[in-house]
Amino acid sequence: MTQQDIYAGLTEVMRDVFEDDDLQIGSTTTAQDVPGWDSQAHVLLIVATEQRFGIRFTTAEFESLKNVGEFATLIGDKLARRG
Amino acid sequence: MQMLPWLPQDPDLSGAIKAARGIADPLARLHAAIGLAGHDRDTVATQRIDRLAEGCLAELGDGGLTPLRLAILASHSVDHLVPAIRVAGLSHGIAASVHVDGYAQFRQTLLTGDAALERFDPQLVLLALDTAALLPALPLSTDESEADELVRATAADVRQLWRQARNRFGAQPVHQTLIGQAPPVIGSNELLLPASPASLCRRLDQALREAAVEDGVPVVDIADQLPEAIGDDRRYDPVRWHQAKQLINPIFAPLYGDLVARVLAAAGGRSRKCLVLDLDNTLWGGVIGDDGIDGVKLGQGSAEGEAYLAFQHQVVRLAERGVIIAVCSKNDHAVAAAMFEQHPEMHLRQSHVACFVANWQDKATNLREIARRLNIGLDSLVFVDDNPAERAIIRRELPQVAVPELPDDVAYYPERLAAAGYFEAVAVTHDDFARGQNYAANAERAAAVEASTDMDGFLESLDMTLTVGPISPVDRPRAAQLINKSNQFNLTTVRRGEQELAALLGDPANVGLCFRLRDRFGDNGLISVILARPDPQWGEGSLLIDTWLMSCRVLGRGVEAAALQVLADAARRSGAIRLVGEYRPSGRNAMVEEHYERLGFVPVEPPETCNGAARFWHLPLADAAPPAHHMKLEIRA
Repeated sequence: MTQQDIYAGLTEVMRDVFEDDDLQIGSTTTAQDVPGWDSQAHVLLIVATEQRFGIRFTTAEFESLKNVGEFATLIGDKLARRG
Repeated sequence: MQMLPWLPQDPDLSGAIKAARGIADPLARLHAAIGLAGHDRDTVATQRIDRLAEGCLAELGDGGLTPLRLAILASHSVDHLVPAIRVAGLSHGIAASVHVDGYAQFRQTLLTGDAALERFDPQLVLLALDTAALLPALPLSTDESEADELVRATAADVRQLWRQARNRFGAQPVHQTLIGQAPPVIGSNELLLPASPASLCRRLDQALREAAVEDGVPVVDIADQLPEAIGDDRRYDPVRWHQAKQLINPIFAPLYGDLVARVLAAAGGRSRKCLVLDLDNTLWGGVIGDDGIDGVKLGQGSAEGEAYLAFQHQVVRLAERGVIIAVCSKNDHAVAAAMFEQHPEMHLRQSHVACFVANWQDKATNLREIARRLNIGLDSLVFVDDNPAERAIIRRELPQVAVPELPDDVAYYPERLAAAGYFEAVAVTHDDFARGQNYAANAERAAAVEASTDMDGFLESLDMTLTVGPISPVDRPRAAQLINKSNQFNLTTVRRGEQELAALLGDPANVGLCFRLRDRFGDNGLISVILARPDPQWGEGSLLIDTWLMSCRVLGRGVEAAALQVLADAARRSGAIRLVGEYRPSGRNAMVEEHYERLGFVPVEPPETCNGAARFWHLPLADAAPPAHHMKLEIRA
């Protein structure tokens, strides 16, 4: 899966979670940039992303993510490791 | 992944939600949301449906749904579960407002009060606790008697919280069962360590379940009704616990929400009442018309035949606990009936079946006919058919009827039907056990009416005895059940919980009567409730009939006339000089529009402060002659 595919998938997940059909994300997007991205929505985003890509984030990873770029890179790493 | 496998799938649920958002009319949009709530859905889709519906309800008020205020007092995070409770509520005809109390504040809120919760004025309070919040960690060496004592004291503490929910907030408490979070220390023989977290959780859970039955507290059983895992996902996931103190994994929210909503629905008397069954390939394998009685698969000797038999056993158990059973099949009536009469392995008997319809008409027409004959609403029916085309037609034609998706293998039918929770109950009364037989006996009565041309003679021949008395604590659960679920013969449709009813009956100025009817076919149980109270708006000596309802099973038998005679006597004894009757149209109670007129009441103008749609009649007691009826009256003090 290319970075582009990952961003496309992530955009779809985030549009559903935050209920915004026009939401655009980039590598520097953070929780502050998206209305409704609070701690509760964050858990839902993690869960929905896990389901979408068939991966799992660890307890430690959950805390370390700073922006969408790091999120996408982590998804890419996990998918690559899975092979 | 299927979260709610009994609900049909929408191939493009996301697109359907988007499309529904574009509907301009809020009521049409709400109905679209209700339709979407009736599909299998994950947590994100559920949340989107919730936002859609909440938007409509903000504009419409209750939008024709039954409003219900639920407070959740929890020892863990529950915010992620709230949308799923509301969405599941939509499928049960409920517009739930949910108030979430401050995190882990349950004890303080219940013991010392809470202004926000008081303003919210909850009808139900769900106490969602976890073992760690209730029990201190004990040294593993703690002995049996000390562990026992702790469990007993903790259960007493929780019961005190239930009492506070009732006393302080006037709300019905609801208990959520405990699920283990700590893994065992020993394993299979864990109970050797009475103070291990796993042992304590099991004991406390059991103690609280028993206390809940004793205290009349409905239970949401997440421990047994929520699967421990679906695929790779677990209902309790320590990752979510450490991240967000979520006891229930957000992935399980749709299922959890449905569990809660069906208990709310049952508490409000909105559970389904009647199971309508197809025959061929649903109750036995094969087609009776083609394969013949010798050719169909049922019973011992074939694995498939045993699986069909096991399903019949589950159906009969439902019949025994009061679910009405009906048959709706495309068959020649005689051929279908012969299977019941002649096949030696049939466990479901015709005597279990209250309404047997086998013909070649379309099933939507037949389901309407079944509802009509049984005097229940289409929204009381569950229709089970192995044929996906028939299921699809009924869902389209009669969206009020619940039509579960069935697994390919009949061996899974019993658990699928149970998983859907259509017949959830929060109380079991003696009448429930008799009800199935009653409906079957009613079919005989109805046949007798059709055969009889002399109505008075027929009623006389029924040999009816009406037993009347005040609503005693023993009668209260069934009376509350009727108050909360009768829709058709219900003059005002005022709903009241058991608590509220008890309070009302505590005032000696109020009159509360309940009626039981026996006849030569059997005991119909408690079938009618009347509540009347002095109302200052109507002046001194007036008794306003606040509630008059009756089970439709005994329609057309003259119960109303006999009931009026008893009510008038009770009113005179309480010092009243006239009765005032009220009719509030609910959309479903048109059958009693003329009720008071038929009983000889005279129309009167309502006081100015009255609700616009209500209409009133009165009956001065001085010159009221007792109306004619065919009942023998038995008055209990």
